Amino acid sequence: MEPFEFVSPSSIDEAVKILASNGDKVRIMAGGTDMLVQMRAGRRTAPLVVDVKGIPELNNVSYDASKGLTLGAAVPCYKIYQDKSLAATYPGLIDSASLIGGIQIQGRASIGGNICNAAPSGDSIPVVIALGGVCNIAGPNGTRQLPVEEFCTAPGRNALENGELLVSVFIPAPQAKSGATYQRFIPRNEMDIAVVGVGTSVVLDASGQNFVSARIALASVGPTPIFAKAAGDSLAGKAVSEEAIQQASELAMSAATPITDMRGTIRQRTHLVGVFTRRTLNNAIDRARGG
Amino acid sequence: MTSNQVLSEVEFNVVGKRPIRPDGVDKVTGRAQYGADTNMTGALQAKVLRSPYPHARIKSIDVSKAEAFPGVKAVITAKDLPFAALSKEELGDGYTALKYASDHMMASDKVLFKGHPIAAIAAVNAHVAESAMALIQVDYEELESVVDVREAMKDGAPLVHEDLRTNDMGQISDKPSNIAAHMSYSTGDIDKGFAEADLVMEREYTTATVHQGYIEPHNSTAFWNTDGQLNIWTSTQGSFAVRAAVANVLRLPVSKIKVTPMEIGGGFGGKITAYLDAITAVLSKKAGVPVRTLMTRSEVFEASGPAPASWMRVKIGVKNNGKMTAVETDIAMDAGAYPGSPAMQAIVCAFACYDVTNGKVDGYDVVVNKPKTAAYRAPGSPQAAFGVESLIDEICGELKLDPIEFRLLNAAKEGTRRIEGLVAKRIGLVECLEAARDHDHYKSKLSGENTGRGVACGYWPNRGFQSSVVMTVHFDGTVSLLMGSVDIGGTRASIAQQTAETLGIAYEDVKPTIVDTDSIGYTFITGGSRTSFATGLAAITAADDVKEQMITRAAKIWDTSEDDIEYVNGTVSHKSDEELKFSFKDLARQLATTGGTISGRSNIDPTGEGNGYAVHLVDLKVDPETGKTDVTRYTAVQDAGKAVHPGYVEGQMQGGAVQGIGWALNEEYFFDPTGKMLNPTFLDYRMPTTLDLPMIDTVIVEVANPGHPYGVRGVGEPAIVPPMAAIGNAIHGATGHRMRSLPMTPGKILEAGWENGNSSGG
Amino acid sequence: MADVTQVKTTINGEEVNLLCEPRQSLLEVLRDVLGMTGTKEGCNDGNCGACTVILDGRIVDSCLVLGVEAEGKNITTIEGMASPEGLHPLQQSFLENASLQCGICTPGFLLASKSLLDQEPDADEGRIRHWLAGNLCRCTGYDKIVRAVLQVSKAK
Repeated sequence: MEPFEFVSPSSIDEAVKILASNGDKVRIMAGGTDMLVQMRAGRRTAPLVVDVKGIPELNNVSYDASKGLTLGAAVPCYKIYQDKSLAATYPGLIDSASLIGGIQIQGRASIGGNICNAAPSGDSIPVVIALGGVCNIAGPNGTRQLPVEEFCTAPGRNALENGELLVSVFIPAPQAKSGATYQRFIPRNEMDIAVVGVGTSVVLDASGQNFVSARIALASVGPTPIFAKAAGDSLAGKAVSEEAIQQASELAMSAATPITDMRGTIRQRTHLVGVFTRRTLNNAIDRARGG
Repeated sequence: MTSNQVLSEVEFNVVGKRPIRPDGVDKVTGRAQYGADTNMTGALQAKVLRSPYPHARIKSIDVSKAEAFPGVKAVITAKDLPFAALSKEELGDGYTALKYASDHMMASDKVLFKGHPIAAIAAVNAHVAESAMALIQVDYEELESVVDVREAMKDGAPLVHEDLRTNDMGQISDKPSNIAAHMSYSTGDIDKGFAEADLVMEREYTTATVHQGYIEPHNSTAFWNTDGQLNIWTSTQGSFAVRAAVANVLRLPVSKIKVTPMEIGGGFGGKITAYLDAITAVLSKKAGVPVRTLMTRSEVFEASGPAPASWMRVKIGVKNNGKMTAVETDIAMDAGAYPGSPAMQAIVCAFACYDVTNGKVDGYDVVVNKPKTAAYRAPGSPQAAFGVESLIDEICGELKLDPIEFRLLNAAKEGTRRIEGLVAKRIGLVECLEAARDHDHYKSKLSGENTGRGVACGYWPNRGFQSSVVMTVHFDGTVSLLMGSVDIGGTRASIAQQTAETLGIAYEDVKPTIVDTDSIGYTFITGGSRTSFATGLAAITAADDVKEQMITRAAKIWDTSEDDIEYVNGTVSHKSDEELKFSFKDLARQLATTGGTISGRSNIDPTGEGNGYAVHLVDLKVDPETGKTDVTRYTAVQDAGKAVHPGYVEGQMQGGAVQGIGWALNEEYFFDPTGKMLNPTFLDYRMPTTLDLPMIDTVIVEVANPGHPYGVRGVGEPAIVPPMAAIGNAIHGATGHRMRSLPMTPGKILEAGWENGNSSGG
Repeated sequence: MADVTQVKTTINGEEVNLLCEPRQSLLEVLRDVLGMTGTKEGCNDGNCGACTVILDGRIVDSCLVLGVEAEGKNITTIEGMASPEGLHPLQQSFLENASLQCGICTPGFLLASKSLLDQEPDADEGRIRHWLAGNLCRCTGYDKIVRAVLQVSKAK
């Protein structure tokens, strides 16, 4: 690895100043579990690494039942799944946080980092999209918000402008009779990159028999995580039924634009989008019904 | 739910017990010194520049900028190896062998695989060496490469070596070819045998390149002193193999080289070839200080020695009752960039489980533009067994025969003449098959949808070869045991146990130490399932030497003839005078005053190895929507001869089985069309994790090997042979699909379903 | 030569002052700067767990932590697992169960197992297998490792 300087700002302002004045010479590091691997392999280089774990806002986890969850961008996965109230409120988020890497990786890796890394396979991204997550971004011109589905722009590229920093991800408070799930397909049972990942969220009516709304997002089947809006929208107002779920699965399959590579073929991935859209919808429905 | 069944007829005092290994505490406290843990004063760290192309001519190399980089102390290329200065005339018949050996360590004219060493840099630290590597300018002329073993065999395929000619059973062909060797054996009359059959089936199988996957990367530390003495500290399965390889390439007498084997973090056959030692030595010579070279994980994948990909055709004829009438196979194995695949072992092992009257086996050793393959646990046998054991299962299905009864009907036993001509001595395949048949696992009912059960067996001949041991009796009656066999998985314990058993003393009184190549006689590698057998036998022989000398001392003390004295269970006593008796310790105390200490020694080359057989049972479940296989129950049955330390024997069986499970389901090198490996990480080279496995039940069968006083056979290899076919057979049971290509990934199982007409809907 | 930074950290209960380059990982710092070679390198990219250490109560892959990040932290390595009174029960259990063959993965497995049982003293086989999935062992097939941890766990 080439030498670099390392700084640990303790405030957002300080971080933004450093970022703004160093342009593309700088890399932001949270857990480092992707970034250090990329730097060691020479895929990313930077003369300056900015460790953002010392900034209070990026370590903040705050939940307000009327608004929602503000999750600091550097909060490691284990802090999310170890929080019992978060686990009860956002089981779909817990699905993701507890399957990124192994326990060692979860001690460091963060949802914010996973989103910023902008891998098509990022395991936390689909469910955060499905949950209606919004990125809180700080920059030289103040703060701005961006829906998570608009944040990843290309493999390894995100919407952060020069000087900007992802501070937190906001996830709205779950509505009554709602549920969310993330599942992925990997050849082993742990430690793999998703061949396909699907995050879904559903809101049911009071009877639990009809969809009010649904959101579906996909990983590893396009250059970025994909928000399969039409697939989720197709469920709104429909009775919960195998046919409706099947139709949403087919729409999700048509939203996927996978490639064939060593981890899977186009046909396999498209097929798995269908399988996992159905499985995650069924699981999210169970969760919404309190099952 | 687990069961361990040891079938044993003989009780020993120490052999067969489960003592704590002598090196155990160091290994659980982080004190054990592995190859990467050396810390020599003033040592430099080195990096190796490797070819980015699978096949290219090296037009020029310019290292001047790297040499000028601050912190760089030495840069070498193939020009710094002795081969560069030797002519074809000087080397004569040895030219090609030395060229291959030297070029494999550092390429002189052509690179033959991605990762082929081009140059090496020693610097004040590895980061500096790495930065300087980027400054070496290499001008390559890219050449067309050949990756697939069958493509490489075709006329007109790109030639990996322009001068390689096929050795066809001793006849050298006249035109260059990628087929380095063709070997063939036959017995009986296969045309007649197939004509007599009621059913003849013939299928083709392929297996992918896989890696041993040891967790410790290759490493070497070398110091070439100004007096010409070269010291090497390295992780290797054979310190003498490293010495020989370095002496060969560097044209040195072996006495100038001392190799100290460090603790080794796994090998499985992959740490026999000396990849780094010679170039690290040359860097040290140039820099004048010690140099340490460590491979990264991706270097391990790309530039050490994986196990070959293979293609095979298998044909078997049987009577309706299941009796085999004729067998035939062709096996082509990819050797990688230089000749030397285990095609010979593959054809020898292919039908070694069966009593075959009419058979023909043909093997092909084929070079391709991939890293030179190396041994991997029972080299050649797993690939062959995948084909043969899968086809047998298919035949059993066709004839509605129980797969274990079929195998019992055809099983090789004492006196069976194998296709290559060797006659089996006392072997335990029948006993293993019976133990599997009678096991609760096989008798249990398979339940649930999409589940399957598979059976397969496997063979490895096991090995003898040279071992040396020296043991010294101390005045307090404890014993130092010096050996040249490195300990990969508990052989200090198993050899100390055999020593203690032979001397009739406590295990705790034997202290085993693995010494360097100056301190003991030649000892072959730890590999081939030979160490507990051959070095164990060396220890027994050395202990017998000690016993004789102890008797001589007692004779001296008692002023009697040695013939009047016997040595039984650690007690030296006069045969006719009950009063005259020494315990081992009491007599040891007398050594100093009766002529000094006693050392027993042995240098042996035993040939009494006993063949190893294994039978595996597996239950699994396949998710029909994803094609993913989950192994739910696994039982490994194996003939150990005598399990010296049952805990480590079980460990070998379990470890081999799990490597086989990985090979079966997910492990493979992905190559681009030119031969560049796409997945040189543990992320994408998917070895099983704890979550992918159930407990692995073991049944140790003990059919004593007549070639060893305690009946020991080897145990390391056979367990990796059956799993791939056992799992494939179980997948057939679960899905109805016959998988004939390894690995049997979820994607391939889905594809098989689509080919068989299942819908692809979600 | 690249500039070095001073780092003040606590390793196995002892305060340590060290100098390292920012690009050096905690693994490199432990092994090359401090000579603590019990922590092993298997892959250097967070996929094998051989370099596992406990950092402020959580296991991490030390290859994916920078040495400079150790500032003010509390680190436990394999060298800190046994005490003058003797081996940790897990170390003893690994020995008794023949849970190691080559031993290169053992330090990482021991620290990961310790951190599990410190937090969940009654972890069952399923929890153990889940917790240890980030540690690769190629020799044992994991059976004897899982059994050794189960033997120390209060789950029976």
